[in-house]
Amino acid sequence: MTVMGLVVIAGVLAAVISCAAFLVWFERRLLAFFQERYGPNRVGPFGVFQVVADIIKLFFKEDWVPPFSDRAVFVIAPVFVVASVLMSFAVISFAPGICAADLDVGLLFFLAMSSLGVYSIVLGGWASNNKYSLLGALRGAAQMITYEVFMGISLMGVVIMADSFNLKKIVEAQEHLWFCVPQFLGFAIFFIAGVAEARRIPFDLPEAESELVAGYHSEFSSMKFGMFFLGEYLGVTLISSLIVVFFFGGWLGPAFLPPIAWFLIKTFFFIIVFILMRGSLPRPRYDQLMGYGWKVLLPLALLNLFVTGAVVLVWQN
Amino acid sequence: MTAAVEHTTVANELFARFGEPPFTLQSTADEIPTLWVGKEKAVEVLHYLKTGVAKPYRMLYDLTAVDERSRQRREGQPDSDFTLVYHLLSFDRNEDIRIKVPLKGDRPSAPTLTGVWESANWYEREVFDMFGVAFDGHPHLQRILMPRSWKGHPLRKEHPARATEMGIFELPEEKQNEEQALLQFNPEEYGMARQSDQTDFMFLNLGPQHPGTHGIIRIILQLHGEEIVDAVLDIGYHHRGAEKMAERQSWHTFIPYTDRVDYLGGVMNNLAYLLTVEKLAGIRVPERAQVIRVMLCEFFRLANHLLWLGTFGQDLGQMSPVFYTFIDRERVFDIVSAICGDRMHPNWFRIGGVAQDLPNGWDGLVREFVDSFPKRLNEYDSLVMKNRIIKARCIGIGCYTREEAVEWGVTGPGLRACGMEWDFRKKRPYSGYDRFDFDIPVGRNGDCYDRSVVRVEEMRQSVRIIKQCLDNMPPGDYKSDHPLATPPRKEKTMQDIETLITHFLSVTWGPVIPHGECFHGIEAVRGSNGYYLISDNDVSAYRARIRTPSFPHAQMIPYISRGHSVADLLAIIASVDYVLADIDR
Repeated sequence: MTVMGLVVIAGVLAAVISCAAFLVWFERRLLAFFQERYGPNRVGPFGVFQVVADIIKLFFKEDWVPPFSDRAVFVIAPVFVVASVLMSFAVISFAPGICAADLDVGLLFFLAMSSLGVYSIVLGGWASNNKYSLLGALRGAAQMITYEVFMGISLMGVVIMADSFNLKKIVEAQEHLWFCVPQFLGFAIFFIAGVAEARRIPFDLPEAESELVAGYHSEFSSMKFGMFFLGEYLGVTLISSLIVVFFFGGWLGPAFLPPIAWFLIKTFFFIIVFILMRGSLPRPRYDQLMGYGWKVLLPLALLNLFVTGAVVLVWQN
Repeated sequence: MTAAVEHTTVANELFARFGEPPFTLQSTADEIPTLWVGKEKAVEVLHYLKTGVAKPYRMLYDLTAVDERSRQRREGQPDSDFTLVYHLLSFDRNEDIRIKVPLKGDRPSAPTLTGVWESANWYEREVFDMFGVAFDGHPHLQRILMPRSWKGHPLRKEHPARATEMGIFELPEEKQNEEQALLQFNPEEYGMARQSDQTDFMFLNLGPQHPGTHGIIRIILQLHGEEIVDAVLDIGYHHRGAEKMAERQSWHTFIPYTDRVDYLGGVMNNLAYLLTVEKLAGIRVPERAQVIRVMLCEFFRLANHLLWLGTFGQDLGQMSPVFYTFIDRERVFDIVSAICGDRMHPNWFRIGGVAQDLPNGWDGLVREFVDSFPKRLNEYDSLVMKNRIIKARCIGIGCYTREEAVEWGVTGPGLRACGMEWDFRKKRPYSGYDRFDFDIPVGRNGDCYDRSVVRVEEMRQSVRIIKQCLDNMPPGDYKSDHPLATPPRKEKTMQDIETLITHFLSVTWGPVIPHGECFHGIEAVRGSNGYYLISDNDVSAYRARIRTPSFPHAQMIPYISRGHSVADLLAIIASVDYVLADIDR
């Protein structure tokens, strides 16, 4: 591995984590803006250092492991959530040359990692030995399995069109036309599945604050809770950047801005959409969500795959 | 149709069926037909009133008791140590009837009414808890409001009314452990199985501290997966003994306590209490005071429904509405505090009127609000009620029919949601509501969604009423000149020696309300709130019974949640819209 490679890895890691931290403040301010209130505005200019204050607070909170929990699993669960999301960032190419691991199976790698993320929910909920956490974990498991299925299928159209699993090649294949146009259905389905993957409203059933208190992470405190928190924002960033990579031409854009700037602008646009959704949508019921996934989205994803496949075949012939 | 005619009809119907001897008639200030009957016959008579008579009395509106042992003035009433009071309501007649059952002895008992009305369950438990009256055949006769370890029965006259009369409170560790052990839920006690043929049930303790329960109430769920097999409500965490306090406070100084019964209803509670006191004392409230009262009550209906709308969205996972509705609720409270000097519990109505006249410039504030609010309300309506996820979460969830609602004692928006056009403001106008032009919104299916739609529409009607108050505020006095109006108007106190003496007496001792019994119910924010007051010709009530809507509504929750999921339960709780202090008092 070259020195350059290490620099990129360190850079991506630092950028992504600080982006997630920034998002905590950004989301609170933006939601406050939507809701006719101020949000955190005391610490530093516009309250940007609120995150620092929060992190300091989290570090000094009592790190309580419930005596009734399964200790080893309880400690490991929050690590999973952050690790699995961070691993996915490895395959994203942010701009030409800025990619930690330019894997040929990048897309598959991402799907594998997001599947691993489910474990953090299930293990965290299970190890807490708390009824609310258990219900949250069960919901989480069912939801993630459902949405994993067609998340993968919805991306296959992109793979067919780009003729590659490599994220860099997928971006390059969008030189002339972003995939959000021919693959609009795929985009819509991936977006929905991505929200579910990030466990954000309206798919936040595993934590469902008003029903299950905090669901799978009720018992977690201090930085263990902080890890789940970080995991959520990393997830939002990840899904947003993947949407950009798969459907909105990644770093591609008019030349007056550098490629990385385009990538960031597009990603932030989707992050804002995530936040706006949180500010406006209620939460469906668990069985409705499952029904919607299996009965509506899965057939649509399959249809999208077949049509794309057929069109590409006809085109090439 | 005068009360006297009705009186004789229902009494005659009972005489025709059971003969005259078992009954004793009593006249009361509220002119509700009141009949005494022995406990052997009581259940039979009540059953007949529910099913036998023409235009039956379908609703068990209230059930309570009175400790009669130290009451002085009760001429013509059968001798009793404790009296059970059954209050039935007939929607067909628009009439009430009160059946009283005399009980003798220190630990009396009476047959249970749960076989006739299932909703008698909680009421009888409350009477048992508060008076120590046992009900033979009750399925689960246990304390409901007080802790299980409590000694004595609070509403008995010998029970102390304040903590200082009770000795030092200590909580050594073994006592704490005992108390906690008593809180442990035991499914067998409620006849619940721990497992079925296929599965072990999970018992989930929702509350007393839970973000979705809107206060300290404990709901124990028997779950099969996420499906609710059965539920048990454990109430009493918010019990503050408001009824006991009424026996210690003067008629006048009890007013601030009523504010806190339904703590989101504000002055609406004052109104229910004061209308009863005024009826008992024969005070006629001046027209201006009536309109001021109506206006303030409708403001509180708005404040409550706005809070409800926000939290309703929040319980269904929608984050923003609560912030928007709180902004408008604050605007309502700005007006309320400009007029009354306080926000949520202004304690502003007085016996015979209101505390002060409206301040200068009140009309500008109100006009600005009624002009701008409807537009914002439409926005919230489309944000919450028209949202498709909300619809999917609420339509067909927690349904009850009109008959079930009446059976369980449901009033207010919950009753109107199942298509029953019943609003006490229209059907039994009080405080001049008959002079206002407004509609009664009704739903059709009695599900969570219809209950919510009715509330949103009620807000529009409240704005209409407020607008009419604004445009037609009559001139005149803000308080009656009746000698029992407390305190008397300041100008008169300063000019007139008689009034000064009355003022002095009614402030130092409190006004003496003539002896008698009276009930008055109003259409409060979440249903019918009524006070049943007994005066023994004293400066404070001999017995004050507060009939609150949330009590029967909460009792019904397990019945309408069975078969639904945990998430639905939250929607049901949100749409039933109870307030804990309104349940526990």
